[in-house]
Amino acid sequence: MIIVQEQDFDLQAEYSALREDSPAIGAIVTFTGLMRDFNQGDDVQSLFLEHYAGMTEKVLEKICAQARDRWSIQQIRLIHRVGELRPSDQIVFVGVSSAHRGDAFAACEFIMDFLKTQAPFWKREQTRDGDRWVDARQSDADAARRWQKD
Amino acid sequence: MINLLFFARLRDDLDCQQESLALPEEVTNVGQLRDLLCQRGDKWQQALNMPGLFVAVNQEVCDWNAELSGGEEVAFFPPVTGG
Repeated sequence: MIIVQEQDFDLQAEYSALREDSPAIGAIVTFTGLMRDFNQGDDVQSLFLEHYAGMTEKVLEKICAQARDRWSIQQIRLIHRVGELRPSDQIVFVGVSSAHRGDAFAACEFIMDFLKTQAPFWKREQTRDGDRWVDARQSDADAARRWQKD
Repeated sequence: MINLLFFARLRDDLDCQQESLALPEEVTNVGQLRDLLCQRGDKWQQALNMPGLFVAVNQEVCDWNAELSGGEEVAFFPPVTGG
């Protein structure tokens, strides 16, 4: 399940959906990304998240399919918010259920690393000194590169 | 006609979100399309040469050799910053 939405999401509801009362599931790993109030030395008052509707969903589908090819996964739930966000708001959720924790941990991290470097979302921050587009980070590109197979 | 889209910083710099463009006969790939747009002036030249610029044809990221035949959706955008 992949959803791009403006509304907030409920962690407990997502966890319950991942659990789905299935005895085949031995592990659930979830990640939640939150908005910080501090970036590049400045106070950030709010954030606007823009996306390329249509392409975003296709890229996320592809990343999840790659994770499924690579690890044994029961279910993936991925939610990414767009629009206006405030500090400490939830931005993104990735939840993976699996028979074993190793697959769930790896797949969850893999999905986040590729979401950060491939999915067409852009953040614009509002600070006291005005609006600015957030720059991509080299550390995110490096994190995604770790998953390349030799 | 191709449908051009520009996102985020690129859209702000170019003051253009969407444009329909009749593809000249001599333009057969994405790199040539970029060259054509760069001829519009310094603003375009600068924006379409930003480091890490992405181009997607029909919502799939591609390289500058990707072919165009007309009717495509071509999007230009800066490095992504979601998550």
